This record gives sequence, C-alpha cells and structure tokens, in this order.
Amino acid sequence: MSSPLGKDLLGLEHLSAAQIAVVLDTAEPLKEVSERAIKKVPTLRGATVVNLFFEASTRTRISFEFAEKRMSADTVNVAASGSSVSKGETLVDTARNLEAMRIDMVVIRHPASGAAQFLAQRIESNVINAGDGMHEHPTQALLDLLTLRDHFGKIEGLKVCICGDVLHSRVARSNIWGLTKLGAQVAVCGPRSLLPNAIGEMGVTVFDRIEPAIEWADALYVLRLQFERMQAGYIPSAREYNRVFGVTRERLARAPRDVLILHPGPINRGVEIDSDVADGPHSVILDQVTNGIAIRMAVLYLLAGHAPELAGAAKGAA
Amino acid sequence: MPSTSSTVLSARAFERTVLRIADEVIERNDGTDDLVLVGIQRRGVQIAERICAVIKAREGVAIPRGALDITLYRDDLQTIGPRPVVGKTDLPIALDGRRVVIVDDVLFTGRTIRAALNELADFGRPARVALAVLIDRGGRELPIQPDIVGKHVEVPEGFRVDVLVSELDGRDEVVLAPAGAR
Repeated sequence: MSSPLGKDLLGLEHLSAAQIAVVLDTAEPLKEVSERAIKKVPTLRGATVVNLFFEASTRTRISFEFAEKRMSADTVNVAASGSSVSKGETLVDTARNLEAMRIDMVVIRHPASGAAQFLAQRIESNVINAGDGMHEHPTQALLDLLTLRDHFGKIEGLKVCICGDVLHSRVARSNIWGLTKLGAQVAVCGPRSLLPNAIGEMGVTVFDRIEPAIEWADALYVLRLQFERMQAGYIPSAREYNRVFGVTRERLARAPRDVLILHPGPINRGVEIDSDVADGPHSVILDQVTNGIAIRMAVLYLLAGHAPELAGAAKGAA
Repeated sequence: MPSTSSTVLSARAFERTVLRIADEVIERNDGTDDLVLVGIQRRGVQIAERICAVIKAREGVAIPRGALDITLYRDDLQTIGPRPVVGKTDLPIALDGRRVVIVDDVLFTGRTIRAALNELADFGRPARVALAVLIDRGGRELPIQPDIVGKHVEVPEGFRVDVLVSELDGRDEVVLAPAGAR
C-alpha cells in the first residue's frame, strides 16, 4: 500500500475530499496518544525529520516537533538565521546537504509561495508544507477542519465565514479549498483592499460588512491582520479596522445562533477580535491548537514508509 | 482439499466457546479481583465484551475492560506502508498491579501480541498479563503462546480464518475461507 497522500503534502488544492477525510479520520484516534502518561508511540522510530523554518513560527514549529516526538521520530530544527542560509546557500543546496545526511522527511516553512513544491520536486524525502508565502498552509486547514467536524459532527452544509486579511493569508486559501471540497458553504468578509481580486472564482460569497456575515454564519474564522506583510495603505489604522470589522461580543450577541469562533493565532487582541470573544464560551481557538498535534501526527504517519513495490508481498501479514 | 468456505464454529459453538473462555479466565485468576480485560481492535474488543458479560452474569462483578489498537506499534510500517484506519485505544483505568487478560480473535504469527505487549507497557506495569484467544491457527513467528484457547484450527495452505461477530458482521461465526475471497 503506498501512502494515501502520495509522497508529499503541499496543499489542499490538489487533494480529494476522500484524502482529506483519511487525514481527519486518522487524526481522531491519535488524539488519545497526547492524553497518555507516556505521550509516545514507536511508529516512526528511526525516521529522521528536519524542520526547515525560513520564517518566524512558534505554534506550527512546536506543534510539528511535538507530533514528530510523540511518533518517536528523530528531529532536527534548522532556522534560517544561524544556518548557512544566512551565508547565501540556496534552498535546494541546503536540502540536498540535509539529504546527504540520510533524512526521511522535511517540514518546510518559507516566505516564497511555491517553495515547498519546488523542494518536493528536487529531493527524495517526503516534504510537508508548513506554510509557503501567501499560497497554502495545509496542516493548519486540516486541523481547522477537524475542529469544525468535532464541534458540528460534519462539515457538509456548514456555513463558514473567513474574516479579515484574506489577501495575505495562506490559511484562508487552504481552508477555502478544504471546506469547499468537504461540502461547506464558504464566505469571506473584509475590506476590499484585503480580499484578492479574483476571490469570486474560488466559489465563495463575499460580505462587505461584518454584521450580515455574523448573521449568516455557523462559524467565523477570524484571520490575523498580517501587519508584517503590509507595506502601507491597506487599512487606515488598526483601531479603524476594529471599529468596522472587529468581531466583538456586541456584534455576536445580535446573531440568531451561537457562532463558533476560530482563529489560527497569534491573535491581535482588540484588532480583528476582542478578548472576551477570543476567550469566550464559543471560542475553540485552543482546541485548534490541541488538534494541531493530532493532525500533524496523522500526516507524518500517512506519508511515512511508503514502499509500493513491497505492498503486495506483505499483504495479510500479522 | 476443499476449495470453498467451511464453518469452524457455528453461532451456538461460538457462544459455548466464549462461555468456556470466561470460566477459564475466572479460574486462572482465582476470581475477579484486580482483573482487567483488554480486547485488541477490531474483533478482540467484541469478544472481550462477551466474556465480561458472561462474568457479570455468573459472578455479579463488572470487570473493567479496555480496547487496544496496535496499529501504531506494528513492525511492518516500512514494508507495507501505513494502514489508513487507526482504531481507538481506550484504557479506562491504570494497569499498575492489575491482572490483565489480552483478548484477541485469531492468534497467528504472534506479531500483533508482541505489539500489544509493547503498547500495554506504555500504560503501566500490570502484575501479570495473560492471553486469551478465540482461535489459535498456529504459524507463530515469535515465541508467544496463549494461556486460554477457544479452539485450535489447522489452516490448509491458501486458506485463512475469518472470525465474524454479530456487532460488526451481522452474525457470530468462525469460517475457514480461501485466501483472497471475501
């Protein structure tokens, strides 16, 4: 049996609904491992994973590292600063040198869209995209889908509105792919300057104001305003943004139903979301973080050990 | 050699075998103190449930019971690749000092039990671990032997043993079937 996902996980755009479901179904029982006194299973013993992070990350990097360690893989972290990347080594050279040290998987975060795919085409190791530029962040979307499925029982038919800085968001892109493939209705809401021009082509509804979005949605996916990717002029000010688009308790109180609140973190409190909403009873922001480990364990497991030529021989063993 | 399926245990025989296994479990442990039954996913879980129900009826004691999925402890991930379906592991109580009886449907190579023993060790240190199986079909590849056996079955070349339980398969039966058929 070869891997149900193929060699790499680069994004959700090219995965089928069935493949996405396999990841979610595999992650579900893996949650239990993190609840044990000994939080470790021997599944990836002897596999070596390199976490290659060319961009700042706390949650994703730590989550991947916990997932790798709980599956018993050996891990090495490489950050752009403090490595030969800062001496001008190219991405491919860095990866080929790592491969020469006999590694099995690379988890890559990179500021350039397409970096993960570029790497995957040039090395033998499995490549997992941990966020590439403004393109995709598949494991984030998968953990979001798992969190939504945990809460609502299914994704099909759910109304999910992605709010805020969709333009700069790889999280939004991966979620739109994943949600629509699984049959959810997806909308986006934000100032026009922060929505991609061709957003309609992704099959989503566009809300120009937050109030009707809240009225429509079962779940709000609030994005972080990515100030580090904004040169200038996208929004007048953070305060102005909060006044018009902020997800506040007052606005949610007028919704016809309880609206589930998701956010990929880190939160700009008081900008895109108010503290009492982020910490409120309908927030699953910390559940997303917990689910992230199970999702990443599932992805590591599903990509590991694919040797198709041996699949037939061992069938029915044990 | 028959080329069609034949019944090894009918529903009635299945039931009698479970009754006897339950008796042997109590006998070997001098009662039910500290006893825990751990079924291996998938059909070991249902057989463990049946054994618990019999013990409850006879002794009036509800034995704690758990489920173990050994997928993450297999030794063949590198050769056959990941099984997409990982089952649930659920051990409701601490195993330290307990007498654990592992319950599985078919004992064959012993590799599943090897994996189960490793997994159990991650949940504590039982006082004793025993193995009860519905069917022992021989063919061991590891030095592992059962303590309680429902039935020994000789399996001809090209055949396999299927255990069916009503919870999952609609009926209780053990069948000797040509390999590849389903």
